[in-house]
Amino acid sequence: MATSTTTVPSAGPVAGSRSFLSRIREGDEIARMITFLFAASVVLITLLLVFELWQGSVLPRHKFGFNFFRTSVWDPIFDQFGALPFIYGTLVTAGVSLLIAVPLGIGAAIFLAELAPARVSDTLEFFIDLLAAVPSVIYGLLGVFIVVPLMRQYIQPGLKHTLGFLPLFQGPAYGVGFLTAGIVLAIMVIPYIISVSREILLSVPRDQREAALSLGSTRWEATWKVVVPFARGGILGSIFLALARALGETMAVTMVIGNTPTISASLFSPGYSIAAVIANEFTEATGDLYLQSLIELGLVLFILTFILNGLARLLIVATSQKGAGMGHT
Amino acid sequence: MSPGLRWRKFVSGFMLTMTGVCAAVAVSVLFFILGYLVYHGGTSISWNFFTKLPAPVGEAGGGMANAIVGSAKLLLLASLIGVPIGFFGAIYLAEFSGGTVAFIVRYAADLLNGVPSIVIGIFAYSLVVLPFKHFSTLAGGCALGLMMIPITLRSTEEFLRAVPGTLREGAMALGASKWKTIGTVIVPAAYRGILTAVLLAFARVAGETAPLLFTAFGNRFWSPGWNQPTASLPVMIFTYAIAPYEDWHRQAWAAGLVLLGLILVINIVARAILSRGIAVPRS
Repeated sequence: MATSTTTVPSAGPVAGSRSFLSRIREGDEIARMITFLFAASVVLITLLLVFELWQGSVLPRHKFGFNFFRTSVWDPIFDQFGALPFIYGTLVTAGVSLLIAVPLGIGAAIFLAELAPARVSDTLEFFIDLLAAVPSVIYGLLGVFIVVPLMRQYIQPGLKHTLGFLPLFQGPAYGVGFLTAGIVLAIMVIPYIISVSREILLSVPRDQREAALSLGSTRWEATWKVVVPFARGGILGSIFLALARALGETMAVTMVIGNTPTISASLFSPGYSIAAVIANEFTEATGDLYLQSLIELGLVLFILTFILNGLARLLIVATSQKGAGMGHT
Repeated sequence: MSPGLRWRKFVSGFMLTMTGVCAAVAVSVLFFILGYLVYHGGTSISWNFFTKLPAPVGEAGGGMANAIVGSAKLLLLASLIGVPIGFFGAIYLAEFSGGTVAFIVRYAADLLNGVPSIVIGIFAYSLVVLPFKHFSTLAGGCALGLMMIPITLRSTEEFLRAVPGTLREGAMALGASKWKTIGTVIVPAAYRGILTAVLLAFARVAGETAPLLFTAFGNRFWSPGWNQPTASLPVMIFTYAIAPYEDWHRQAWAAGLVLLGLILVINIVARAILSRGIAVPRS
């Protein structure tokens, strides 16, 4: 997304000065048209995607309207579909994941951008990139066999002991549930926050730091009160990006959330998310209304991630241009 | 030193140490993942895993040969869809287009890139599975191919743009037409970057599970041709991990090790190719 700063002047005027016929003869116009077809197909595919999602969810939109999002009965036998538990589960798990991932991710990004020597920073960034490449089903695998037992035996009883007076940490410790899904999601989105925030912090002009230090601030004060506020927009963008990932994440969540449509104040309770219900029930959906309700859930996910990704891109581009606009970095 | 300054210095040192701890925690996750997979997967991987079909439910033994072949077929198909569209689309964006059209194409690609993979699965389902009326390798390959397009497109474009303008001008000053300039000068100059882009896109979809659940579906036997449901490594990991059989869990770990090993090796190779190439700005 971040366009390179070394934009090459295109050779357009030269090609344009020749006649159309000679361009056809030399193949330029043909090459242009062929590559245009490929580029245009990307737009076509995207439009088709939106169309299919919209068209595929006509029935529940007409039958339930806005109640689809407000009711919590999900009953394929009586053709009643309310998506509230899934929406709740998606938002809660994403929220929990951000609570964990944002401080950790920004902290790590600050270390990589401000403290670590360039070589160490690049090496660690390489590992972070590899971490981002780990597929979600692998996180799910480790979630099922490592995180869930750990939660059931140690973390959830421990939380109950210390913070059990809060409604958040009550109820039996199943191991699976909102909290576990949130933790696994946090581990998955941290690399995105680190990578993007690090780039943004590195793009903050050097004189910002030097000015703060020369005024007598400590290294941390220069970082926290000058550099981080300068990069605020881009860091927020990286958080939105992570949120979009967390909302749409399927496999790992499906494997550890418990797959029970419940709305509960307790984070220990098993739940369900939009992506998980699509993954579990799509192939078994009998009847058009059932299938189309699942597609409408897909449409909801699409719209949410569309908005978040758009906002994230705007913020990141605006912030890195702010840094570039100040000249030397 | 005044107490205030001492306190400020303490806070500074403490907080900076904490950021180091954050970085250490984040990076150590990678080694935990690798360690667990090697530990659990390494002990359950065997020759049978690569050569045998899955054993009937309840019987121990068997392997995932069909899933390995299935994944290979899916990825081949995905590359056949994703790479040409991404590559030629990128050439159009970097070399031919101006202004509005390029903006729209880029916007669409970024939009497509952000779509959750499960939604891509729904799309491929209504595009391929519904008309053909059954799950197939074809549908799964299409789903993965769709995901490859935006990744290949955007990064290839970046690498094409990074080729110095003087090369373009030099070729055209010698009288080469534009497509000749692109074919003989620009693409060769950027080929390491393009190769990296393609490999990373490939590695990214190699582990995708969600879009395969209702396109390629699954299969406990060989899947001849392109029009049958097929097993794939990621989906096998999912079904085996949540099944109640001890033996299946072991095989899920083995499959996880194979899949992650493949993906990490491709990632490392891709970055190694790039780092030895011409100086290009990081994308």
